[in-house]
Amino acid sequence: MTKLIVDGIEVDVPADYTLLQACEQAGAEVPRFCFHERLSIAGNCRMCLVEVKGAPKPVASCAWGVRDCRPGPNGEPPVISTRSPMVKKAREGVMEFLLINHPLDCPICDQGGECDLQDQAMAYGVDSSRFAENKRAVEDKYIGPLVKTQMNRCIQCTRCVRFTTEVAGVADLGAIGRGEDMEITSYLENAMRSELQGNVIDLCPVGALTSKPYAFKARPWELSKTESVDVMDAVGSNIRVDARGREVMRILPRLHEAVNEEWISDKTRFIWDGLKTQRLDRPYVRENGRLRPASWAEAFAAIAARVKSARPERVGFIAGDLASVEEMFALKALADKLGSANIDGRQDGTALDPRFGRASYLFNASIVGIEEADAILLVGTNPRREAPVLNARIRKRWRMGQLQVGVIGENADLTYDTQALGAGAETLAEIASGAHSFAGVLKAAQKPLIVVGQGAISGEGGLAVLSLAAKAALAVGAVKDGWNGFSVLHTAAARVGALDLGLVPGQGGLDAAAMAKAGALDVVFLLGADEIAVEPGAFVVYQGTHGDRGAHRADVILPGAAYTEKAGSYVNTEGRVQLGNRAGFPPGDAREDWAILRALSDVLGARLAFDSLQQLRKALYEAHPHFASIDTVAPADASGLAALAEVGGALPRGPFRGAVEDLYLTNPIARASAVMAECSALAKGAVPLAAE
Amino acid sequence: MLHDRDRIFTNLYGLQSPGLEAAKMRGAWDGTKFLLEKGRDWIVDEMKKSGLRGRGGAGFPTGLKWSFMPKQSDGRPHYLVVNADESEPGTCKDREIMRHDPHLLIEGCLIASFSMGANACYIYIRGEYIAEREALQRAVDEAYAANLVGKNNVHGWPFDIYVSHGAGAYICGEETALLESLEGKKGMPRLKPPFPANMGLYGCPTTVNNVESIAVAGTILRRGAAWFAGIGRPNNVGTKLFCVSGHVNKPCNVEEAMGLTFRELIDTHCGGIRGGWDNLLAVIPGGSSVPLVPAEQIADAYMDFDTLRNLKSGLGTAAVIVMDKSTDIVRAIARISYFYKHESCGQCTPCREGTGWMWRVLNRMAEGRAQKREIDMLLEVTTQVEGHTICALGDAAAWPVQGLIRHFRHEIEKRIDDYSANPHSEPASAFGVAAE
Amino acid sequence: MSVRRLAAQQPESFAFSPENLAWAQTQIAKFPAGRQASAVIPLLWRAQEQHDYWLPRAAIEYVAKMLDMPVIRVLEVATFYTMFNLSPVGRYFIQLCGTTPCRLRGADDIVAVCKSRIGEQSTVTADGMFSWLEVECLGACCNAPMVQINNDYYEDLTPESFNKLLDDLAAGRPVQKGPQNGRHASEPESAVKTLQDPALYDGSVVGAWKKRFEEEEARARQAAADKEAADRALAAQAAAEPRPGKPDATRPQQAAADTPADRVAAGKAPVAPTERAKAADPAKKLSDKPTSKLKDAKAETGKSDESKG
Repeated sequence: MTKLIVDGIEVDVPADYTLLQACEQAGAEVPRFCFHERLSIAGNCRMCLVEVKGAPKPVASCAWGVRDCRPGPNGEPPVISTRSPMVKKAREGVMEFLLINHPLDCPICDQGGECDLQDQAMAYGVDSSRFAENKRAVEDKYIGPLVKTQMNRCIQCTRCVRFTTEVAGVADLGAIGRGEDMEITSYLENAMRSELQGNVIDLCPVGALTSKPYAFKARPWELSKTESVDVMDAVGSNIRVDARGREVMRILPRLHEAVNEEWISDKTRFIWDGLKTQRLDRPYVRENGRLRPASWAEAFAAIAARVKSARPERVGFIAGDLASVEEMFALKALADKLGSANIDGRQDGTALDPRFGRASYLFNASIVGIEEADAILLVGTNPRREAPVLNARIRKRWRMGQLQVGVIGENADLTYDTQALGAGAETLAEIASGAHSFAGVLKAAQKPLIVVGQGAISGEGGLAVLSLAAKAALAVGAVKDGWNGFSVLHTAAARVGALDLGLVPGQGGLDAAAMAKAGALDVVFLLGADEIAVEPGAFVVYQGTHGDRGAHRADVILPGAAYTEKAGSYVNTEGRVQLGNRAGFPPGDAREDWAILRALSDVLGARLAFDSLQQLRKALYEAHPHFASIDTVAPADASGLAALAEVGGALPRGPFRGAVEDLYLTNPIARASAVMAECSALAKGAVPLAAE
Repeated sequence: MLHDRDRIFTNLYGLQSPGLEAAKMRGAWDGTKFLLEKGRDWIVDEMKKSGLRGRGGAGFPTGLKWSFMPKQSDGRPHYLVVNADESEPGTCKDREIMRHDPHLLIEGCLIASFSMGANACYIYIRGEYIAEREALQRAVDEAYAANLVGKNNVHGWPFDIYVSHGAGAYICGEETALLESLEGKKGMPRLKPPFPANMGLYGCPTTVNNVESIAVAGTILRRGAAWFAGIGRPNNVGTKLFCVSGHVNKPCNVEEAMGLTFRELIDTHCGGIRGGWDNLLAVIPGGSSVPLVPAEQIADAYMDFDTLRNLKSGLGTAAVIVMDKSTDIVRAIARISYFYKHESCGQCTPCREGTGWMWRVLNRMAEGRAQKREIDMLLEVTTQVEGHTICALGDAAAWPVQGLIRHFRHEIEKRIDDYSANPHSEPASAFGVAAE
Repeated sequence: MSVRRLAAQQPESFAFSPENLAWAQTQIAKFPAGRQASAVIPLLWRAQEQHDYWLPRAAIEYVAKMLDMPVIRVLEVATFYTMFNLSPVGRYFIQLCGTTPCRLRGADDIVAVCKSRIGEQSTVTADGMFSWLEVECLGACCNAPMVQINNDYYEDLTPESFNKLLDDLAAGRPVQKGPQNGRHASEPESAVKTLQDPALYDGSVVGAWKKRFEEEEARARQAAADKEAADRALAAQAAAEPRPGKPDATRPQQAAADTPADRVAAGKAPVAPTERAKAADPAKKLSDKPTSKLKDAKAETGKSDESKG
């Protein structure tokens, strides 16, 4: 610890702090543009200059270390001033330079109202301009369908360049030219190829990079802001949903160090146009092969007629990928009341099963734990597609150095160096037996991490692979006191919650794939399950939000609420329970899903015992207390893994296939989004550049 | 006049062969092994005692710089990087060393590398010096062929020397920008600390020295620190290459003792001021980065670091740009401002934005198309740039303008008055920038 | 500098010629393993030389691939460094130094010649022979005004000599590089007063300096011997016994033994004593402290002895 005196206040800070951090600890506000906590230090905007007593010139506090300060002649602590005339003059000067070539187009700038330059000009600038020359004009660049550029406004802080290079791991952006003609661009104005590129919009301190889909849609001060949780993948990124009236206008990240830091994927950020199209806004009933609009009563009556005539074992329930814990709890309660054991929350057919304990299906190492891992094995997963933000965390760990990443399965560019170990289960078997050289790497590691993807453990032989992965984890010592490196990477926001609730077939019950088979059931209830094709024969009730695959197959459609339109709990891949909140109301006659199930239960004569969300949650927390511990990750009991490892079974042949083929089209909301469609087309059609 | 036998660069004008044999006859590579055997500490100590101050412009003591390198390697290799990116307007001395006396430089590289535990040296030469690069490469090849350098050379210190180059960027003369460029990036100066002696080329301990500073090392060690320190004036010792350009009768490079007077320098070597001493207007004594000094102050001033600093200018690279009374002084400085605008790397806000602003205002002032209050505004803008940037290019851009306003404010005011009196006149463009 | 963009018309592809490819490998080999990006400027430059002095997009991508660099980083380099021409130039590409030292010596007149003969800068003449560009200081200020045409400097120009130079180039006649007024290099034109001493070039300086070290050592030895004698009055023993604690590296016997015989011979050459005598003469007009070498050497020896003691 080092003593410093900042503006007369003595503070004691670690020696590896920068002056900027030290000043903030002392309560002094230091303006900055180029500096960002999560990016390398550029030190080029010169806004954060402070005075260090004894130094002839002001120093850039973002780059100057506390240990670089010399104590006074008699050992007095270094004296820093953030308010001296020297600092004031420096800041005013820098601010003037930033503004001389910055256009005065704040009234038509999307950044207006949330612009660092605007705010800091108010705080540290002077009131008038002395610049009598022409302002610089810079050509706007195309850098993709998501980020709009207005390069006249660029202040060359290079945050966007550093973000894409360092965090996103794609060298897409650069600053070409030099001097006052330096310009930010992608190579030959190609679209950026990062699935995290939207974050440059947040990073840009001015209006040079703004959201293209959101362009000229709204002003920040007219939006209602709702803190919520993302459901586009199983990371559970913390988001803020900005809505005007009932319309979601944009989605921004919220800071959560342990989950998404402050990044979100492009799918999370730009999904919102999908919330407005293809929506199911009223019930439908199929008559003579065609769906016709109906009232709730008609729809319920049609369902009741079928359910009451069917034996309980001929009725099944499948929960989809976006369902919240609350509605799945209601669904399970309904199935129980009806006496059906046919319930499944795993429409992708994975072998995960709560009977092996929670540790058998969680990302036990935790997302923040990735930073501690010293060897990583990826089994049948492409985290860049399945969980882009989590992949950025692996890259962050890789950038710290001393990390080997082995991959079994698709050998894709994950933005960090990987070793392709093999394609399928036989390689995993070699690692489990210790025959493979990478087993040695994992064994030598203090905290080995084995990430099991959904692609490896779904379908035929999935359980055998899961068992083998557990065996491998135990064999290399990935499961020990204080560290459980056996980590399942989920792709669906609902999945962990479903497993926690026990949405797996009961005694004699059918799993999702069996339920979908022709002739297996008389009635199939799909709660937002769109990734499974129910074969002809059964009467299908689809409760969901979009006119997607499930709705097309349905005989009755019950319009539900999307994740921005309801309050609900979601459990992310590491087992963290988080609350999503309602930012607006569902369209038309659509209702919150738990309420639909509650109303339906009444008609079916199996009335559920809660009349409000509060009552539902009370019952939920009584049955499953851990849902009440919001935003915590309790280490799961790993004892079940040994039993899982013993299961064994015939291994599937052939390579592991990825769980996510197309990052941008994984769920009904995404498939309804024009922006996602454009991203998908671009990703598919993108010709790899010669040099990369 | 400095005696010929006290000159280090005895082939400055290329009248002799630059080849190895001729260089040896002139004393290069003479007893280098003997010098190395005196040990690292002795070499650094001698360099310190010699009082040699870096010849690249900043005048930092060379021996002291060498002593900053870690004494023991922590496993990282050490590097010597020679800054041959000679781009400061007015400066053309390193060019002569590289094409006419390259073996002094190569020998100096070996000695310096040995004294700081470096086994590899990169010479970064500006891209435009193509013939000089080839000449230097020829000399390096000769040295390799004679086994003077190389893995198993006669001196017993494994040593490789490589010539690399830039491609047109003044900023790469800044040591950390040079390292960036040498690593294959844009020449954008790095934040200091960490200093190159700790984190330089490829993150390894590195010393960056000017060509002249390195090339004199061998001779200093041979002749002795006392010999070198005995030339010149206190704290400003030794011989120095002066590049005299502009309005003298015979512009030339010449090696002279530090601290001779400007008048001696011009009269002895340059055939006097064009049109006589009365015709002298002002002098930029140390390359374009330093403020000009008006005739009456410079004429009998000592040409050394301290004297010129006291004149609010500097010795810089000892590139003496002489301007007689025919000079349009405002345009001359405006052209220098254009140079800095052109060469700013664009990293720091004050320099990126300020250099263009200063040039544009100055350009108007050269025509008189300005307001008098803008003179003070311009002066203030220079102070907003100065000292607020990562590297010294911001300072270098500000100082010439400050020098102009300090000494020739009346001239600017006269332009403005003339223009106001006849607002439609189109002043002849003596220093217009063709590029704009 | 202005905004720099790749040319609109681009060739389909680019590849190094076999010679240049081999040369490129030697450039990459200059740098440590994994630091091949360091060779980007030399390689781009060679690509430009191969491609009529301008750098096409294909070459940028080719070099990026060769050095395993993201292509945007290579584009950054190509646009940052102004010697990379991103669009075609004339067969004789004239870079005219327009910075103040050249301006003072008449660069304006050279600009005028360029404008009248070639046209605006960055435009190629119809026959493809010439284009010109005003560049910043080329570092030949003592030979101002000057231009660089392709790889070569042409210095000490006048409008007449520059016109003639362009005529000769256009006609394919051989031209003289360097100064165009008969000057050799950057010496004061036909008035060289320095470096006239033939002793600088006849080899007599070789080894002459070593006397200083030998005398220093002799004195040091003598002083050591005297000290020993005074201290212990055992002179004979002291002379026979090497002094402890003295670093071997500074021992003259060893150094002398290692010195090639010819240097020893040179050190004994008759010119050496005169050199020494001259050096002792405080005739240095410009020096404030014209001290004799002998005295300095003595002082220094004393100092070094102190530090050793």
